[in-house]
Amino acid sequence: MLGKLTWAAIPFDQPIPLFAGAIVGVILLAILIYIALKGWIPYLWREWITSVDHKRIGVMYIFLAGVMLLRGFSDAIMMRSQQALAFHSEGYLPPDHYDQIFSAHGTLMIFFVAMPFVIGLMNVVVPLQLGVRDVAFPTLNSVSFWLTATGALLVNVSLVVGEFARTGWLPFPPLSELRYSPGVGVDYYLWSLQISGVGTLLTGVNFVTTILKIHAPGMTYMRMPVFCWTALAANLLIVAAFPILTATLAMLILDRYLGFHFFTNDAGGNLMIFMNLIWAWGHPEVYILILPAFGVFSEVVSTFSRKPLFGYRSMVIATMAICIIAFMVWLHHFFTMGAGADVNAVFGIASMIIAVPTGVKIYNWLFTMYGGRIVYATPMLWSIGFMITFIIGGMTGVLFAVPPADFLLHNSLFLVAHFHNVIIGGVLFGAFAGYTFWFPKAFGFRLHEGLGKAAFWCWFIGFYLAFVPLYVLGLLGMTRRMQHYDVPAWHPWTLVAFVGAVAILVGIIFQIAQLVVSFRHREELRDLTGDPWDGRSLEWSTASPPPAFNFAVLPNVEGGDAYWTIKQRVLEQQTLAAEPEYEDIEVPRNSATGFICAFFATFMGFALIWYIWWLVAVGFVGAFVTFVAFAWRDRTEDVIPADEVARIDRINRSARSAALAQMQPAE
Amino acid sequence: MSAVQSKPNRFQHERILVCRTRRVTVAAVRCGSLIALLVLTACQGVLDPQGPVGEADKTILIDSLAIMLAIVVPTIIATLGFAWWYRSSNTKAAYRPNFVYSGQLELIVWAIPLLTIMLLGGVAWVSSHDLDPANPLPSKQPPLTVQVVSLDWKWLFIYPDQHVGSVNQLVIPAGVPVHFELTSASVMNAFFIPQLGSMIYTMNGMRTQLNLSADAPGDFPGLSSHYSGDGFSTMHFDVKAVPAEQFTAWVNATRQTGSTLTQQSYPDLAKQSLSVAPFTYRDVAPDLFQKIVSQALPPGPGPVNEVSAGANSRAGQ
Repeated sequence: MLGKLTWAAIPFDQPIPLFAGAIVGVILLAILIYIALKGWIPYLWREWITSVDHKRIGVMYIFLAGVMLLRGFSDAIMMRSQQALAFHSEGYLPPDHYDQIFSAHGTLMIFFVAMPFVIGLMNVVVPLQLGVRDVAFPTLNSVSFWLTATGALLVNVSLVVGEFARTGWLPFPPLSELRYSPGVGVDYYLWSLQISGVGTLLTGVNFVTTILKIHAPGMTYMRMPVFCWTALAANLLIVAAFPILTATLAMLILDRYLGFHFFTNDAGGNLMIFMNLIWAWGHPEVYILILPAFGVFSEVVSTFSRKPLFGYRSMVIATMAICIIAFMVWLHHFFTMGAGADVNAVFGIASMIIAVPTGVKIYNWLFTMYGGRIVYATPMLWSIGFMITFIIGGMTGVLFAVPPADFLLHNSLFLVAHFHNVIIGGVLFGAFAGYTFWFPKAFGFRLHEGLGKAAFWCWFIGFYLAFVPLYVLGLLGMTRRMQHYDVPAWHPWTLVAFVGAVAILVGIIFQIAQLVVSFRHREELRDLTGDPWDGRSLEWSTASPPPAFNFAVLPNVEGGDAYWTIKQRVLEQQTLAAEPEYEDIEVPRNSATGFICAFFATFMGFALIWYIWWLVAVGFVGAFVTFVAFAWRDRTEDVIPADEVARIDRINRSARSAALAQMQPAE
Repeated sequence: MSAVQSKPNRFQHERILVCRTRRVTVAAVRCGSLIALLVLTACQGVLDPQGPVGEADKTILIDSLAIMLAIVVPTIIATLGFAWWYRSSNTKAAYRPNFVYSGQLELIVWAIPLLTIMLLGGVAWVSSHDLDPANPLPSKQPPLTVQVVSLDWKWLFIYPDQHVGSVNQLVIPAGVPVHFELTSASVMNAFFIPQLGSMIYTMNGMRTQLNLSADAPGDFPGLSSHYSGDGFSTMHFDVKAVPAEQFTAWVNATRQTGSTLTQQSYPDLAKQSLSVAPFTYRDVAPDLFQKIVSQALPPGPGPVNEVSAGANSRAGQ
């Protein structure tokens, strides 16, 4: 009846996951009860869970990323404390638990923190920057989000029911095959990523379509903000790369479930195929994450330097060059396989070439600051912190592209330091810059600056404290994923790295405090006009938060930095453009399709992991029927009458008129 | 900041700046050399090579780093400099809101990383051919062949010409090139002796090659540098480089004691085990390595309950 699932799946003998799971469970339950008692469930259902509004979905993506960041960071600090303690000792985490922790840390941070964070930012911002009312497929967007949430949920269920993979964040066979990993851990990994991977692929299709096909009048490709370009590149990469991941994991699933021999030790299986395939997805994945972050920095540096972006065309060319070259470098992840000098050299050089457009981007931000009037708001701090950190991380990355250097440092803590250097210093700093920058757009009030800056400095210093020691440890010959060690020279550095992790923890506490304090002082931090930073692109031309229809009338774009041009004209004329003729606006209707579909997908995934075949059938049929029911719907859109549009827009217009009286045109 | 607000005369200002810079520089140099010292003197790392391969790898590492630092350091300084000088409160900084394109600058901007990468690409091309792990090392002496098998979770070393074997202990003659042939009996691992240089994967069903040599007698730690499961952290081995005559003596002594490794006793060794103390085999079946590579001998059996208790037995069975 319940497949492999028995009471033995609950780790009664392991207090750490049991307590952690219990505490999280109690907190979740308490929150649910509180919400129910307050009578917020109908509101949540109507306005959020069934919403197909890209801004709402974006916010939910970022919320998911934030919660998962807390979980992923708990794993990180457990790893750092284990290594700080485990000199000549077993530490406090036995190998079978420690191995799950680093596997879960990597999986969560890449798939359920970095990905939802950048996808969330794209959701909130891209349609607004393009000057349009929604993405191409609003309901599909909701399905994407909820399937991602399903994946995240399944990974976290593994904390209490069963176990997570003990293979590392990429389940290299044959270790991940049934012979060496007979438990359900790898199955949790496989099914969470298969389900959320569908969501990600749909996001890719959705955004490529949106960015290529849906624009405000006059918004030509070469007038799009660079964030839209980077979002386009990232989503093209998603569309091209995620099917490879799905296929690779499907092959591993066939090996594990149906006795196939793609990657097994025997019957002709070959692990090298897995290595090649997983990195053929894995390297583009890196750029899926970093490109949108580059886009955020382009927007932030330009806005806070009070200048248009330097070398816009170079930036676009560099972005698309990275998008293409990203697919030609995967082999540098296994130079130590002994493929031969020619193969290694070719892939080494290809990997270095990607540093050229990346370097160009750095110089373009540099020259954007040149001649600017830089305002040190929190997003700008993250950006400058990023530039310095990313240059270093890029340098150590190029070092790995030189095969003999890789022969010494591959899989060492130097490598761990390198990719955290680019993922924290690049992706996460970018995500935080974007979060602070666009928060007022999404919620109508700014975040507290002082706490934001405190968080930045803790993260920045904490990052160096935590990862410079790992660079040193790599040079000292310490490899990654060590549960304990006996080398005295390593011990002091692991202690310093732990201190760094604590500093980052303080940063995270500041970020939570920032959110709470800002919410409580939201009236003082209110963004009345919708343009709190003196912005340049179209998202700042509408109210904060924007109405469901984004723009009462679609803006007419006449050049790059679309809103800046409009704003300067208004400032010169000292009056807003004449009130437009308002018309009825059709907005997509809310739909529970995404949520219900993910509800069934969750049960299907869980049942597949535990071999509960009847529940697999129920889940699959349920999800399918949901789609069919959605396809049969009669009404797809609601109409917001012209009067209502006018009423909403006039509020914003009057706020802008009031603000206009106090402003001067820029020089 | 104070210099701008209290406006000391120019001379004072410069002196303050010079003093400050000098102090900062001295501190930075001290700090830097201290860190470098710590890294370099702390033995057993990749920056303390004890053989020609490690030495050459390290040279490439340092050279590549130096080439990149030549543009990285100025770029970081420029970033900080621009960010500081063009702060909005600095009234002396010129505001150029229309400076958005410059053909010459764009040329330089593309040229700097391109030229650096061309130089570094050359280094990569030449060095990856010179230092390909399969390249035999130039030496007047014939190389010693050692066959390496990674097992769960220990290392088996077979000396095919000497017919002896050892577990978790690698004895090699100093100054003599060693030709390694490597495979894995179960999951993937990587064979790495940080002080002797290049690492290489060990993979089931496949044979990789590596050539290393130790300059002088000494003890060096070796380890697996590719995660291989719960026992991974215990999967290290001792490398003893000894004078050539002592190596012969060790081989002779090994032939006298210990058990033999045959097709019949191999399955026992292939079972999962942790922290195995080094031991030797007085005789190893001559075709054992080949049989492991060709999978004529079955791959390692994987977990049995007593080894990986806990999560696995909970969830798996």
